Amino acid sequence: MMRADIVIIGGGISGAAIAYNLAKKGVKNIVVVEKHYQGAGATSRCGAGLRQQWGTKLNCELGKFSREYYENAVNELDYHGDIEFKQGGYLILASTEREMDQFRKNVALQNSLGIKSQVLSLDQAKEIVPYLNTQGLAGATYCSKDGHLNPFTTLDAFIQASKRLGVKYLLHTEVIGINKSGRKITGVVTSQGEIFTDTVVNAAGAYTREIAQMVGVDLPTHSERHEILVTTPVNPILKPMVMSFSKNIYTQQVPHGSIIMGRSGSHELDTHNQHSTWQFLEAMAKTATDLLPPLRKIRVVRSWAGEYNLSPDRQPIYSRAHEVDKFYNAAGFSGHGFMFAPATGLMMSEMILGQEFTIDVSRLSVDRFKNNELIIEPSVV
Amino acid sequence: MSKHERTVVCRCEDITLEEIRDYISQGYTDLETLKRLLRVSMGRCQGKTCLSIIIRELSIATGLPVSEIAPTTYRPPTVGIPLGHLADGEVDHDES
Repeated sequence: MMRADIVIIGGGISGAAIAYNLAKKGVKNIVVVEKHYQGAGATSRCGAGLRQQWGTKLNCELGKFSREYYENAVNELDYHGDIEFKQGGYLILASTEREMDQFRKNVALQNSLGIKSQVLSLDQAKEIVPYLNTQGLAGATYCSKDGHLNPFTTLDAFIQASKRLGVKYLLHTEVIGINKSGRKITGVVTSQGEIFTDTVVNAAGAYTREIAQMVGVDLPTHSERHEILVTTPVNPILKPMVMSFSKNIYTQQVPHGSIIMGRSGSHELDTHNQHSTWQFLEAMAKTATDLLPPLRKIRVVRSWAGEYNLSPDRQPIYSRAHEVDKFYNAAGFSGHGFMFAPATGLMMSEMILGQEFTIDVSRLSVDRFKNNELIIEPSVV
Repeated sequence: MSKHERTVVCRCEDITLEEIRDYISQGYTDLETLKRLLRVSMGRCQGKTCLSIIIRELSIATGLPVSEIAPTTYRPPTVGIPLGHLADGEVDHDES
């Protein structure tokens, strides 16, 4: 029989960051339950970019907090490896004047929050990526402090640091039910037996909706397959993450030399299908080589898929449940769970311990969907 | 084995037997995690060369029979294809 003060469901970056922050604040006896291996869901499948260039104040604040955190994360987490935070900037491309109008508003908002982004002409964009094909583009924005990380080592840094603080990880252990008595949770039933606890954090990524249903909570999240590919390593040719919402692409060269690129696909909802498609390879290759012609010669090594866990307004859900006591959700990251993880870890630990928020994320509770107070993020791939 | 010995196991990503044993001894005994932290089986051959050796090492370290250590997922395309060929709708299987 196992007892835990807090059970966290999901051994990805969100669960590990929440566990680390809770343990750092002195919570003992935290158990993280993961169905497969560490980060088997979206964390190991994501593009691992980090940007501060957003269209809503809250996303800007979460991005800025996480950027500052990741700059110092190896020290903070005392990690033996390298999280490979390459701050080559994000170059975000607009295809139309209308899109550019939105981008100008975004940059004004970002600047007002201390994020040093800027609007660029196409000539200025070509100074950053000289071979960029600007045909059909209207302009760009750029923030040099944006970047990307190695998602595997970044996750491992949180896991190793939290383990040293006493957090237990139960890998290859699937949650199959949550027991409760009235409004109180009594235990989490897993494939390896029951863990007795009264506090549960749902950080299950693509499965947040199913986990919430186990305690009768209707979480308005849906999961959607997205695909991504990686090329052979080549010499450094691409400094920033290049991204376009209208062309449906994000691409970056990681320090290893390989180039990663992804796009949203068939909008297949809630099937949990993580298989790759040929349609993706062809569409991705067309978009990428049109925008960045020298990529034509580079070979694709692998492609894979992962799931976004979408919220109705594409903003995270940080929320306690109303229907049951001590059930907390960190869900609906809409493709940004990895980059926001430092903020997720801190804010969720503050919510669970009843502390004042470092960034006021009270508007990110599920209440916004009932009260129709959506905070719609306009800039998402 | 001498400290100076260097046995390359993963030729795509240049990972040695010594590095693999070092990670296993640190407690990284899940093949999927070794793949992601060391990049073994992530390169061009996707593990054709190294996986059987790494699985044997894991079996020795953990006592699990080789038959119970599942290989990593083999992902498409099976042969590296230039992005330009994919974009043009031509697939060239010649690796030259």
